[in-house]
Amino acid sequence: MALNMADEVKLFGFAFSPYVCRVKMALNMKGVKFQNIEEDPTNKSSQLLNYMNPVHKKVPVLVHNGNPIWESLVIVEYIDHVWKQVPFFPQDPYQKAVARFWAKFIDEKVFGKNGGDQQVVAEAYENMQILEKELGVKGKKFFGGDNMNMVDISAGFIAYWLPLLEEATQIKILTKDKFPKIMKWADDFVSCQVVKEILPSRRLVLAYYKKRFCKG
Amino acid sequence: MPGYHGCVCGSIESDHRKMSDEVKLYAVRGSPFVCRVKIALDLKGIKYENIEEDLTNKSADLLKYNPVHKKVPVLVHNGKSISESVVVIEYIDDVWKGVPILPQDPYEKAVTRFWAKFIDDKCMPAIFKVYSSNGDEQAIAEACEQLQILENELAVKGTKFFGGDNINLVDITADFIAYWLGVIEEVTEIKLVTKDKFPKLTEWADNFVNCQVVKEILPPRENLLAFFRKRFGKA
Repeated sequence: MALNMADEVKLFGFAFSPYVCRVKMALNMKGVKFQNIEEDPTNKSSQLLNYMNPVHKKVPVLVHNGNPIWESLVIVEYIDHVWKQVPFFPQDPYQKAVARFWAKFIDEKVFGKNGGDQQVVAEAYENMQILEKELGVKGKKFFGGDNMNMVDISAGFIAYWLPLLEEATQIKILTKDKFPKIMKWADDFVSCQVVKEILPSRRLVLAYYKKRFCKG
Repeated sequence: MPGYHGCVCGSIESDHRKMSDEVKLYAVRGSPFVCRVKIALDLKGIKYENIEEDLTNKSADLLKYNPVHKKVPVLVHNGKSISESVVVIEYIDDVWKGVPILPQDPYEKAVTRFWAKFIDDKCMPAIFKVYSSNGDEQAIAEACEQLQILENELAVKGTKFFGGDNINLVDITADFIAYWLGVIEEVTEIKLVTKDKFPKLTEWADNFVNCQVVKEILPPRENLLAFFRKRFGKA
């Protein structure tokens, strides 16, 4: 697929979604111009349904020159592959594998575990401790070192959405005494220009979580 | 006891720079996840040391090399460890050229990754739920829904494998469906992939298990039968 000035990049998503924001962040980091198509989850457009993945029928969907790609982390890797500036991965295959490992860990063990159930919270807590340790081991500003990489992009949920989820559900996991490194990382993360520019409003996310997780 | 596992993979040129490569695989014989990695290693013609683990008594090395999950497979390449089977396979494909396991084209690669993720994140858990729930009807319906998606994909592609004429990451990730599932179906008498409901998947499974590289590493069926009979409490 040749890159040219006529590259057409469309992103279908819901404004509040952390998955969608992973992709927005990735596109923003690379300076890729794209058409942002805000969808209503209760009333999906026919365009979106046309490009929707056959499996989950979810967003985000990236459509590059008419070709749809699904699954946020798959999309982010695709973006990294196609647009070479500001790489999300180290060049070294081993470091690349390590980054993929942590992105997967975050997706499956941290991201996937949020919600009200006691056991779920306990597991999420345990997995967050593993991440805290990993940040400690690295001793750098971001999981990617001085600059953000694939792992930071994957972990965005923790920096912005998790505190809002905690506020909505009154279940607190992320405390400064238990997770000093993650909280520092989160601060740095949301302060980044490329991130700030694409984050949805607190109000929007809170409203979504209150509706989703709170009764009455 | 560790053993050396060479590979006979036809016309793969050896990369002499890699002759001093040390490749170890921490494994258990019956695991589909381990077998995925073995298939990848064999496709590339990589010589490795197979280290058989006892999961009820994990070695200090395994715990050192995979402190997060403490599971197999773990690949250790020149002292550096990688875990999670699909991450390992992508690493293998990155480092060793030769038979490609993922396409080169970024778009095709993304599509391949998507399907591998679908199998791992959606298909496998749905299938496991069928057998852990002892054949709950809702669980069966959900699993069949996921399998139907795979069936449709094969029908749309119209090729022998998900990877086309040759197996790729998606075929390898679906190894459980091709081989282990049939054994569990036999033991529990709860059948998911029937020929009339899933003709393409059934044919694909046949072709997959008959691939040379796959045949060579699959654990013997009797062993799996015995294992699952014990696991499901059948005589």
